[in-house]
Amino acid sequence: MTTVETPMGYGSMRRKEDARFIRGRGTYVDDVTLPGMLYGAVLRSPFAHARIVSIDTKAAEAHPKVRAVITGAILDGLKLAWMPTLSYDTQAVLATDKVRFQGQEVAFVVAEDRYAARDALELIDVEYEPLPAVVDARRALDPDAPVIRDDKDGKTDNHIFDWSSGDKDATDRVFSEAEVVVTQDVLYPRVHPAPLETCGAIADFDKVTGKLTIWCNTQAPHAHRTVYAMVAGLPEHKIRIISPDIGGGFGNKVGIYPGYVCAVVGSIVTGRPVKWMEDRSENLMSTSFARDYHMRGEIAATRDGKIRAVRVSVIADHGAFNGTAQPTKFPAGFFHVFTGSYDLEAAHCAVTGVYTNKAPGGVAYACSFRVTEAAYLIERMVDVLAYELGTDPAALRMRNLLRPEQFPYPSPTGWEYDSGDYPRALALAMDIAGYDDLRAEQAAQRERWAAGEVGGTLMGVGISFFTEAVGAGPRKHMDILGLGMADGAELRVHPTGKAVLRISVQSQGQGHETTYAQIVAEELGISPDDIEVVHGDTDQTPFGLGTYGSRSTPVSGAATAVVARKVRERARIVAGAMLEVSPEDLEWEKGRWFVRGDPDQGRTITEIALAAHSSLELPEGVEGHLDATTVYNPPNLTFPFGAYICVVDVDPGTGRVKVRRFVAVDDCGVRINPMIVEGQVHGGLADGIGMALMELIAFDPDGNCLGASFMDYLLPTSMECPSWELGATVTPSPHHPIGAKGVGESATVGSPAAVVNAVLDALKPFGVRHADMPLTPAAVWRAIQGAPLRTDLAIG
Amino acid sequence: MQVTVTVNGEEYTRDVDTRLLLVHFLRDHLGLTGTHWGCDTSNCGVCTVWLDGVPVKSCTVLAVMADGHAVRTVEGLERNGTLDPVQEGFVQCHGLQCGFCTPGMMLTARWLLDHNPDPSEEQIREAISGQSCRCTGYENIVRSVRWAAEHSTVEATK
Ligand code: FES
Ligand code: FES
Repeated sequence: MTTVETPMGYGSMRRKEDARFIRGRGTYVDDVTLPGMLYGAVLRSPFAHARIVSIDTKAAEAHPKVRAVITGAILDGLKLAWMPTLSYDTQAVLATDKVRFQGQEVAFVVAEDRYAARDALELIDVEYEPLPAVVDARRALDPDAPVIRDDKDGKTDNHIFDWSSGDKDATDRVFSEAEVVVTQDVLYPRVHPAPLETCGAIADFDKVTGKLTIWCNTQAPHAHRTVYAMVAGLPEHKIRIISPDIGGGFGNKVGIYPGYVCAVVGSIVTGRPVKWMEDRSENLMSTSFARDYHMRGEIAATRDGKIRAVRVSVIADHGAFNGTAQPTKFPAGFFHVFTGSYDLEAAHCAVTGVYTNKAPGGVAYACSFRVTEAAYLIERMVDVLAYELGTDPAALRMRNLLRPEQFPYPSPTGWEYDSGDYPRALALAMDIAGYDDLRAEQAAQRERWAAGEVGGTLMGVGISFFTEAVGAGPRKHMDILGLGMADGAELRVHPTGKAVLRISVQSQGQGHETTYAQIVAEELGISPDDIEVVHGDTDQTPFGLGTYGSRSTPVSGAATAVVARKVRERARIVAGAMLEVSPEDLEWEKGRWFVRGDPDQGRTITEIALAAHSSLELPEGVEGHLDATTVYNPPNLTFPFGAYICVVDVDPGTGRVKVRRFVAVDDCGVRINPMIVEGQVHGGLADGIGMALMELIAFDPDGNCLGASFMDYLLPTSMECPSWELGATVTPSPHHPIGAKGVGESATVGSPAAVVNAVLDALKPFGVRHADMPLTPAAVWRAIQGAPLRTDLAIG
Repeated sequence: MQVTVTVNGEEYTRDVDTRLLLVHFLRDHLGLTGTHWGCDTSNCGVCTVWLDGVPVKSCTVLAVMADGHAVRTVEGLERNGTLDPVQEGFVQCHGLQCGFCTPGMMLTARWLLDHNPDPSEEQIREAISGQSCRCTGYENIVRSVRWAAEHSTVEATK
């Protein structure tokens, strides 16, 4: 078995993809220039909710560099004005009747260069009749709320779905007899993944061959191909999606955006390739946001701190079109993993999704389908309980964590956690942090503070223990638009023993070209340097649903191991023929089959590869060559987990929060490349600081987006981030071929609660039990002054 | 208007619109796509290049302002087939994931090391604080720059 110290074979090997990136020779979509290429730009709505009275494009069309102006009316004639979303809703490609959020797509200009396309937008004259906007999700179901989706037949309200999970009666029963019940309203505000590369595409339609090639920085190229076939009615074999290097995704690049469809139409109309790249404000205003969950959590416990049940109700703000990307059966994603890491008698959640006049999208920003909201809620609630009981939050967690012998653990909301040793992870984190010393330091500081010492900061220590649920499918439970979540892999060993692996998923920085080569290398004994990983081109790779929800390693990584093992079995037959022994008499050691009991009699994988392509006579029914394909259908999700401890210093005079330390112990099962795992954790921890302290997509009462640039939507910099202190435990997944679990989003899921809990721990002397993110200096200062929870933020 | 800009030691003369941004000049007119673009407001720093030896955000400089001046981009970090220690450092310490912020980060790092060959972690953080990275949480970028500091010879930094 692998351990932290000795990970799989090639361990922390340096990344193969770095060679091009450090030379500035990556190929991001905006780096691609095709012959004769034109540039598109989108005209967007200045209003959150307005009827379109008229659109005059004459002046724009007269611009000497403009080649086409496309409006909703034109698309309507092509039956393309609306497109399906990933949640079986519809979304306007270009608005025809109304605009439903600020920044919505209204018209598309195609011109000879980027600047001219932008100029021409100014020449389009749109007359709007503004309507009242629905901004506060909690008011969306009021009887007098304006109806946003009157395009849908018979729609008279803003309701999208009601969904629940768990046993309501059993939960209510526990609550009715519980010694202690605490209730807390918790908002997870709207945030945005904001990868540094914005979304974009180049559409290239060849009239002669009928082939449509789309270069697009999508995380899910195969799913895109199928959806384009559905949207545009083009035959799927005539569509090729090339997803080149991607400058970060974090869920932002899963869906199909109207700009992509417009680029396709633009190319069909002009007969030339059309590039569309959004700018930053378009990215922040119109593409997949994340969170926006208005939650009420309740915990039932005994007086001495045994947690018995959790009850949750949620209003989920899905914006103007329900475009969330999660498995069809789960409109609230995997939110029902909100019971977290604890042993409960019962649990129940009820989620109501509503339309508002805000950007559509929903599940994005490294959240594993709403696990982030769930983990934040339960970890905040446990701290609220600790506050009320006057217990130490670490001790309260230790008392209630699932025990190793309870795995596989059937959760009260229907999950089966695969494996875990939770107390070990928490103990390790406390050990690294020096938990007792921190508490002693804090106690001494509080004493000085209570004695009237003025000035200085107040320290806080925050804990979060999270359980993630990643690696969607299995396909029978999980699909998007009917496409089951299983992923293919193809492996071909060339005659000289070098190999090419083709996979369905796409990297946005995760280093697949390295880690997938490592998996094959481990299984076949070929050097990773001799294995080429091909991804991101639907004409060259097998079908699969793509990279999001931390599913690459659990699903595609598993497919890679399985396909390599198939090749190994074929190699065994070939080796048997070479050695003139029965394959059953052969044994494997890394890179070589040999005769059992006679180790000198053997053939290396390179020798076998050549023989497989030679004139060697093979047993009846055995095909030549050395290759295999597979489709991996995961039997279950994997459940990585972790214990995080954050130490902050809060200046009560200004409300400023400084993160002093952050300890993160992650258990993601077997680590293929620990260096890459740690890098991903680092990035997620920075996300957590961003969301907890800075990032917010807020709106004013008219629905104007107040987070539409990096001057307003604040990303954490090197100055806000401490030097991360990582630890690891390894509890392999029992059902994954190499025991690995996903990790890409773990830190984003787990860290916000640790930061917020730390800040509130610091504010304890002021009697502050809860405050909502982001804990900006102003928010902290207001909390200290005893202000009620900000309701204006709740709008955001 | 005609401009002549020296980029990575080579002179380029082009006819450009006066409003053309330097970042677009480099990318679209010279085909040097290693310099990236990421925001509308001079915040993200992925467009960072050197102008006359000083890091600037090339989305905030007009191409015409670079007329008669020298620009250094990521493509000019490698010298005679030898990687700059900063480039090596980013590989060794996993200072990049998606690679989008990397060219700008490396150029700032090179500038820092030229002026302060032995920077502290705090000084490195300060130097890159005007540039965002969404993937690495900065930790490994800091380590990469330290690696470069420890592995720089006088030769390599010239
Ligand atoms: S592109 Fe963001 S600072 Fe230049
Ligand atoms: S490596 Fe992706 S933004 Fe820095």
